[in-house]
Amino acid sequence: MLSDKDRIFANLYGRHDWRLAGARARGDWDGTKEIMAMGPDWIVDEMKKSGLRGRGGAGFPTGLKWSFMPRTESDRPHYLVVNADEGEPGTCKDRDMLRYDPHKLIEGCLIACFAMKAHACYIYIRGEFYNEASNLQIAIDEAYAAGLIGDNACGSGWKFDCYLHRGAGAYICGEETALIESLEGKKGQPRLKPPFPAGVGLYGCPTTVNNVESIAVAPTILRRGASWFAGIGRPNNTGTKVFCISGHVNKPCNVEDAMGIPLKELIEKHAGGVRGGWDNLLAIIPGGASVPLLPKSICDTVLMDFDSLRDVKSGLGTAAVMVMDKSSDVVACIARLSAFYKHESCGQCTPCREGTGWMSRVMNRMVRGEATLPEIDTLEQVTYQVEGHTICALGDAAAWPIQGLIRHFRPELERRIRAYRDAKVRAQAA
Amino acid sequence: MSRRELAADQPANFAFNADYLARANRIIAKYPTGRQASAVIPLLDLAQRQEGWVSRPAIDVIAGMLDMASIRVLEVATFYTMFNLAPVGKNHIQVCTSLSCWLRGSDDIVRACKERLGIGFGSTTPDGMFSLAEAECAGACVNAPVVAIGDDYYEDVDGAGMWRILDAFKRGEKPAHGSVTRRDGSAPAGPPTSLTDDPTKPVPKQDLAAAKAAYEQAKAEAAAKAAQPKT
Repeated sequence: MLSDKDRIFANLYGRHDWRLAGARARGDWDGTKEIMAMGPDWIVDEMKKSGLRGRGGAGFPTGLKWSFMPRTESDRPHYLVVNADEGEPGTCKDRDMLRYDPHKLIEGCLIACFAMKAHACYIYIRGEFYNEASNLQIAIDEAYAAGLIGDNACGSGWKFDCYLHRGAGAYICGEETALIESLEGKKGQPRLKPPFPAGVGLYGCPTTVNNVESIAVAPTILRRGASWFAGIGRPNNTGTKVFCISGHVNKPCNVEDAMGIPLKELIEKHAGGVRGGWDNLLAIIPGGASVPLLPKSICDTVLMDFDSLRDVKSGLGTAAVMVMDKSSDVVACIARLSAFYKHESCGQCTPCREGTGWMSRVMNRMVRGEATLPEIDTLEQVTYQVEGHTICALGDAAAWPIQGLIRHFRPELERRIRAYRDAKVRAQAA
Repeated sequence: MSRRELAADQPANFAFNADYLARANRIIAKYPTGRQASAVIPLLDLAQRQEGWVSRPAIDVIAGMLDMASIRVLEVATFYTMFNLAPVGKNHIQVCTSLSCWLRGSDDIVRACKERLGIGFGSTTPDGMFSLAEAECAGACVNAPVVAIGDDYYEDVDGAGMWRILDAFKRGEKPAHGSVTRRDGSAPAGPPTSLTDDPTKPVPKQDLAAAKAAYEQAKAEAAAKAAQPKT
């Protein structure tokens, strides 16, 4: 298990002062100028060496992403956009960083902007996070007042402005190009890629969009060294990660631990175990609503990192662990997620706009068993016709939970269909 | 997608009050010249804070302020679900019923709200004090079930707790928001499983000078290797 000295988010639970004085006492803004003096190339190289993979869900290497930005400034300014539009069901890690460790994020924004030759950063926070946005704005104002950001950030000579932008309740704006559209004052409908944001992003300028956690861990990685971060976890899955454990556990919580921690250990050590004991476990969604669920047999041994979960046809996603015990109606759980995607589809691509509604309606019938056995195959085929045929990954995200359900719980779907049919036959006979 | 339309009854006009107008101008200044359309969501939010909802005249006023076509602002107002396109109650209650909250009993919260207030989703009490809505994931899943009342989250609520919160609001009080069990943020209940050390204890830092030297040397070696003729 990870020890406290290797935890980055020392104030994850808000037990300490989140404002500048408290943040500084915990080591934030310590030697930021010296880190910047190492130069943008070194910073990007060090981030690559740390092995940090993006914490927003896709797991793309952060250092590599930074290196895609043009190396020199042209007439088009560069931008960093921080994705704080956290809304993936099960996920609430960024919220704690925004409200209790905002200075880690602001310092990370400065360093990331400097490394990518950007002078401005927009933090796009979901509109519902009003109190979180309020804390973050206070922290930004403190950083300006202390000269940590602004015309001469940390005395480095680098001009850096940090702006907070509140969204208004659209899950799709967590997709990076939808977020850029929204930030430009439009409906949050994703853009076709290419061009990628590093070439044509916010206002048509080179832009990098990063998750809150990816940016907030950067200063600590650079202060303590890439080798420190890379020494935690497993190869290609390095560092620490904030996990969100919700659902049927005794003590739901967020906790920072090492990547690659066994799922069972994570739940038993930090979340007080599954309600009614480990044997009462039915299934777990290991990485937020978009990833396929895992039955208990896989949960017994699987490790919580990108590659381990990919190998069992699921994913780490945002590392939001949703636990379902044996009292759960697993079909209804997935139907609830289908309803979510139906509600959140932006309506741009036909397979998603029509497909999410269709899948949701069929899933609602599957809950009752009001279907025929071949319809399970039809449902599965439709998920594959949505997956990969849309501009953004929301279509995929809507398809995967259903695919996981059919993969692991087909007998339960069949049982319901037979029970419904038998009840109908009996009713007609009576 | 969700179907969202403007209310049938619309006021004759809209104007920001002096305070909100000043705030609106400060918001517009955050964005580069010519990119003032970026301020459309914050300005719609301000209009909603002033009036309680977003009306057609407000949309037109904001379009004028941001030099946008009115239809573009209407598009935004109808796309984002936080904008109320019709008046809501003084206390707008949004119950999260997404998976994590549902697993931990959001059905009880919904029932408590409906019974105590006598209204369903999408309705407002006759006295205009409360309105009720179903929310997709509120993003506080380890503190489920979660209910948002106005800007504030009430977390770790159960049916009886929801009843008590509503009673307090009915009396004109405003109970403290956050976890109703008063746990620290998202920490596990009971004894801590992490973060027990003194957070101000210094941690080892890397030697930046040595790191720089190693980096320069590696770069020089790579350059020398690249310069060598291929054999």
